[in-house]
Amino acid sequence: MSIAPPPPPWSGRRRRTVDVIGAAAVLGVAVTVWLGLWVTPPDQHLHDEVRLVYVHPPIAWVALYLAFGLAALSSVLWLWPRTRSGAWDRLAVASMEVGTVFTALTLVTGSIWGRATWGVWWAWDARLTSTALLLVLQLGYLAVRRVPADHEARARRSAVVALVAAVDVPIVHFSVDWWTTLHQGGTITNPNLSPTIHGAMAWTLLLGFVAFTLLFVWLLLVRYRVVVLAEWREDTELALALHERWAEGAPRAEPVAVPREGTVPAPPAGVGATESVGPAARG
Amino acid sequence: MWRDGVLVAGKDLRIEVRSRVVLHQVVPVGVLMLVLFAFALGPATAPMVAAAPGLFWVAVLFTGVLAVQRSAALEGGDGTRDGVRLSGLDPAGVFLGKTAAVTVQLVVLEVVLCAGVVLFYGAHVRSLGTLVASSAAGTVGLAAAGTLYGALAAGLRVRETLLPLLFLPVAAPVLVAGTKAWQSALGTSGVGADDPWLRLLLVFAVVYLALGVVIFGPLQEAP
Amino acid sequence: MAPAMAPAVLLRAAVCVTGRFPALAGVDLEVDAGETVVLEGPNGAGKTTLLRLCAGLLPLSGGEAVVLGCDLAGGDRSGLRRRVGMLGHHANLYDDLTVAENVRFALRAAGRPAADADEAMTRLELVGRLRRTAVGRLSAGQRRRVALAVVVARRPELWLLDEPHAGLDRGGRALLGAAVTEAAAAGATVVLASHEPEESLPLADRVVTLAGGRVTGVRAASGPEAVARGGAHVA
Repeated sequence: MSIAPPPPPWSGRRRRTVDVIGAAAVLGVAVTVWLGLWVTPPDQHLHDEVRLVYVHPPIAWVALYLAFGLAALSSVLWLWPRTRSGAWDRLAVASMEVGTVFTALTLVTGSIWGRATWGVWWAWDARLTSTALLLVLQLGYLAVRRVPADHEARARRSAVVALVAAVDVPIVHFSVDWWTTLHQGGTITNPNLSPTIHGAMAWTLLLGFVAFTLLFVWLLLVRYRVVVLAEWREDTELALALHERWAEGAPRAEPVAVPREGTVPAPPAGVGATESVGPAARG
Repeated sequence: MWRDGVLVAGKDLRIEVRSRVVLHQVVPVGVLMLVLFAFALGPATAPMVAAAPGLFWVAVLFTGVLAVQRSAALEGGDGTRDGVRLSGLDPAGVFLGKTAAVTVQLVVLEVVLCAGVVLFYGAHVRSLGTLVASSAAGTVGLAAAGTLYGALAAGLRVRETLLPLLFLPVAAPVLVAGTKAWQSALGTSGVGADDPWLRLLLVFAVVYLALGVVIFGPLQEAP
Repeated sequence: MAPAMAPAVLLRAAVCVTGRFPALAGVDLEVDAGETVVLEGPNGAGKTTLLRLCAGLLPLSGGEAVVLGCDLAGGDRSGLRRRVGMLGHHANLYDDLTVAENVRFALRAAGRPAADADEAMTRLELVGRLRRTAVGRLSAGQRRRVALAVVVARRPELWLLDEPHAGLDRGGRALLGAAVTEAAAAGATVVLASHEPEESLPLADRVVTLAGGRVTGVRAASGPEAVARGGAHVA
């Protein structure tokens, strides 16, 4: 009995769309970098160090609000019974993984900026510290994801971790903020040294935000596709395992299996083949 | 929910009284940490006194992980946590009960550690009220967050390494706020205002208690 | 002859996937209320999974399953678990507490009066010094008896016993048989997975054979005992 697996999902036109977005994102980032490094003028006070403003705030925005916020939101939507759907779990893990990379980048660019402006690679100010803690929280999420378990258990556990992390981040932010600002004595290096932004600088900054957002969206879609493919492969393996299991038992009349959410294919012997097992799986 | 909470808390505490695991193993680890800190910072007492509040809370955090692991392991940490689900207990009640039991154990731990800090590091307590209030609020918050994550990690083979990774970052605000509150209570900081810290600890405790009550039930469904 | 009541357990093409493995690959099973059914089959056939599914511990991956009127495809299985008494491979007892404390705790958790504990423990000959012994110090067979006492004391509508005879000595087996017979006489539904037909068949109305995650045979438990029990159903 041969089973023809269905074609992998997300091929063809969807894939091309993702590629177009990717090209646009890379182009946007390249243009931003070019503009930032060469075209825009240096700031009066901060001189050349200001150029990081085109890169660091956009990355930070993507990491903290866009990626993490999206991951937390989809986790909550998964946990809520009424809106539960496998798509939310996939979105959460894709968003959180890509977000972790962006968080790390935020720390790196922030550290470089700190080195350039204050002369130190690291300072215990509110922003950097909160971001560092966020990175650890995200690494915890990824660690929970790696634990082998069936889909639902793993989705449940990671959704809870994301939710707890989301609740914790504002608390961390407030506590660290008070920690640094209420501390008397010792200068507080304030990363809020906002350079005056005008003209070409403003446009470049805007482009930076758009470009990095696009970059995140592209990476998110790519990662999402990987998750979809991994689950598709698991479903196919499950279909094979089911057929082997049926072969274990003594032959009898085939039962009618009603698949739920497309996870379980119908048994053979001509009873309504579903999408997971191709039409060749008869008899 | 409350009835089940009392039932579970009583059961957990009775087990502790019988087995004395926290008393004989976890508390000594805490005291050991204070001694090790002294080796790291000493032998002059000045740096130890200055760091005493922070060291206290770090010790509480790490031994708290142990206490929480023990609490979660009580429910049969061998991969099948059927017992709690089959028992018919309300999951929110189980959460509150276990949190309460862990809180009691941590309070015992903290009393010992506080005595240790006063003895070993020569700290002087200026404001006992602040000390007690901040410790109580912080402990409840830690117990709540720890019980929640303990249940999540229980039954997984990697739980010993996973639980600290998950729990400690979440507990960081308690460390920050607790240290600051203790600093003003021990008079080692120049600042007098401890109000935001105590409020933060209370908010943390309330938030994680509420979160645990809501989420513990759905979390149990992961077989 | 079929009663007008809905069956206690109704499974149609039930599929249950644990990890990545389809432990149940399409099970059709119907157990009437008050019936005693024995599940037999080789190791790995899915007996334990079937019992755990009926206890509401595992989610349903495909097909239909209704246990005690509760649809297992829906989200909430906690209501079902309170009405079910399961004796699994793990005793789910607290090692540091005594036998009496364990049984009483289980009863109070289930919302039953703690006084029932004494009666159940006496029925399973857990008396005297044994009651005050910590469960961790007991032998495996004794622990099984304690777990059985918990099930007996809770008086559930549905009994799910997973190889209950394993580890029990002859006395324990006799006590188990008596407990099951009494429960069945009181109207409880019993589903028993067993590798020991000499012990389990006398208790049963029907025998269901499981293999490869599916039901491969159903037959009446033969013998005068099956007929003698009132209301026996012959498949």
